[in-house]
Amino acid sequence: MSAQSAAALRKQPVASQPIKRVFSWGRYPKTAHQFVHKPGWNDQIPKILKAAAPGSLLPYGLGRSYGDSCLNAGRELIDCRRLNRILGFDESTGILRCESGVSLSDILEVFIPKGWFPPVTPGTRFVTIGGAIANDIHGKNHHRAGTFGAHVRQIALHRSNDGLVICNPEINSDMLRATIGGLGLTGVIAWADIQLKRVAGPWIEAESIPFRSLKSFLDLSRESNDRFEYTVAWLDCFAGKNPRGIFFRGNHAAERGEKFHPGRGLELPFALPGWMVNRYSVKAFNTAYYAIHAARKGAAVVPYESFFYPLDSIRQWNLLYGRQGFLQYQCVIPDTTVVALEELLDRIARSGMGSFLGVLKQFGSAPPAGMLSFSRPGVTIALDFAMRGERTLKLMQSLDEVVQQSGGALYPAKDARMSPALFEASFPHWRSFVRYIDPKISSSFWRRVTEAR
Amino acid sequence: MNVNASATAMKKIVVLGATSGIALEVERQLARRGCQLLLVGRSAERLAELQGDMAVRGARQVFTYAADLGCVQQHAAIFDFARRAFPDFDTVLLAYGSMRNQKDSEASVDILLEELQVNFVSATAILTLFAADLERRRTGCLAAITSVAGDRGRRSNYVYGSAKGALSLFLQGVRSRLHPAGVRVITIKPGPVQTPMTDHLSNAARFANPEQVARDIVRALERRSPDVLYTPKLWRFVMKAVQEIPEGIFKRLSF
Repeated sequence: MSAQSAAALRKQPVASQPIKRVFSWGRYPKTAHQFVHKPGWNDQIPKILKAAAPGSLLPYGLGRSYGDSCLNAGRELIDCRRLNRILGFDESTGILRCESGVSLSDILEVFIPKGWFPPVTPGTRFVTIGGAIANDIHGKNHHRAGTFGAHVRQIALHRSNDGLVICNPEINSDMLRATIGGLGLTGVIAWADIQLKRVAGPWIEAESIPFRSLKSFLDLSRESNDRFEYTVAWLDCFAGKNPRGIFFRGNHAAERGEKFHPGRGLELPFALPGWMVNRYSVKAFNTAYYAIHAARKGAAVVPYESFFYPLDSIRQWNLLYGRQGFLQYQCVIPDTTVVALEELLDRIARSGMGSFLGVLKQFGSAPPAGMLSFSRPGVTIALDFAMRGERTLKLMQSLDEVVQQSGGALYPAKDARMSPALFEASFPHWRSFVRYIDPKISSSFWRRVTEAR
Repeated sequence: MNVNASATAMKKIVVLGATSGIALEVERQLARRGCQLLLVGRSAERLAELQGDMAVRGARQVFTYAADLGCVQQHAAIFDFARRAFPDFDTVLLAYGSMRNQKDSEASVDILLEELQVNFVSATAILTLFAADLERRRTGCLAAITSVAGDRGRRSNYVYGSAKGALSLFLQGVRSRLHPAGVRVITIKPGPVQTPMTDHLSNAARFANPEQVARDIVRALERRSPDVLYTPKLWRFVMKAVQEIPEGIFKRLSF
């Protein structure tokens, strides 16, 4: 079916090209796509939607989702990266209107000199606005600002049946809530109005504090959340129940810090041999990382890039994990069950399959902005695991048990393998979301977790 | 953010074919420098989107004019608008073109003539209007995007190539004509670039990034740089080598 619609589309003036493989950030799973549309303008989207077979399309941005939520195996993608225009900005209100392919990096470049900042930013600047909405992303300020979706004032959505639909809290508010966190399934976002926030400049007054147990992490969180806009912690997950880590917290600073020279940064040119990431290299890295930050503890005024996006300075760092790629495991555990967190860490430590990047963050209690939003009160933890086949998947299944028993949830944006049962447990209301899905749109993730074809 | 105006002679730029893939990137970089822009393209809707984008990114002023540049009858109105709205423009960049499947032009003389009309005939017509104005005012810079495909006729793309090659020759003559008036004429010859024009080609993923090509173009517009710009630079040497291949051998090559 999708092959037919691809063939039909090739005859149309919208430019497209056959591409065999499109990866998500984890480079797992490896999927082939029938076709990738590359529209340059919003006026081309209705034609693409119209000509497509049911369930054949999925909008795609910078591909920073880790698993298969941005993939549509055997079918087609709409690459939205050329839809990257800023349509307007109201200096008096700070509301930005832009197309869905505009990246946070682009927004930072244009708006920091004007004294504005994204309301919420994840750990990379290379995400699109469309992706930020579709995954209702969160950042280090979740305890204050909630998710990205909470700052979306209005969107215009291309729908295959209804044309361009304007959605805001007054008109089509349910479609707005479905699209926030809706994994790109409700339509193609033409543009969105985002509330930016005022900042004094590009500087962050940052502090780092070493800690040596989960309890002290929670104490630090509680103590910091009132005084600091941004909080997050790095975690060495080789240490089991009493992990060591570094707690980072910060506020936008009015004063200037040292001059910052943004370099071009390193870039991994190709996938490194997978064996280079092993328990010894990771342990050595984690020990060094802890030692450096523990020695450097204290306050400093730093450029926003190094506070928010340390990993962006190594472009394509995902290639570190080798050809087989890697999986990220991000879950949220309700506040009341710290025992569950300890159990998770214990199981990981016993498996010996630890990761460089363990991230801990206490979420705030803001109500979810979207129907399928992931963030909820509790502690979220994110861990990377090199893909080592069955062994890795088994470990994750055993982590799933802990998450499900605790009443927690798994983050679709990071997932490539959760079971339909865990999805159901994480998002019990997903069936009432189904009616908002555009009939022409589907994704690998969605078919997998809903057991649909 | 705006570069001091005196640092660059280029302040008011007319872009012919403002919605083309390479032009989009050039315009962004000019906007960042605080330039004033007159954007000419076919779709009023697309131009309106660009107008907002350029303004937020720092362009001091953005005019748009919707017209079909391939249609010579509309040129007088375009030129007229430019002179009224933007009387002291100092740079003109021609950036539009069409590259259809070569086989279509082989099978249909109508398509062949359309390709030559858009890429060569209409381009010379509109450039002639703007050249006369710059010559009279004895100032400024006229630049046009042709192609490395115009350096040698190839089996797979000689229709596009011959139109762009002819345009390069035309620019060579105009350069000599405008030299006494102190008007610069720049021939821009990009190698294959990742734009909507080339998406359908199977090896498009290996083509140059439009941002990099635009950087080269903006630098050439700003400075007293070579009359003929190859971008990425490598193409100057590649095309030199390609031009050296004897015809007896070249005619057997299928690329």
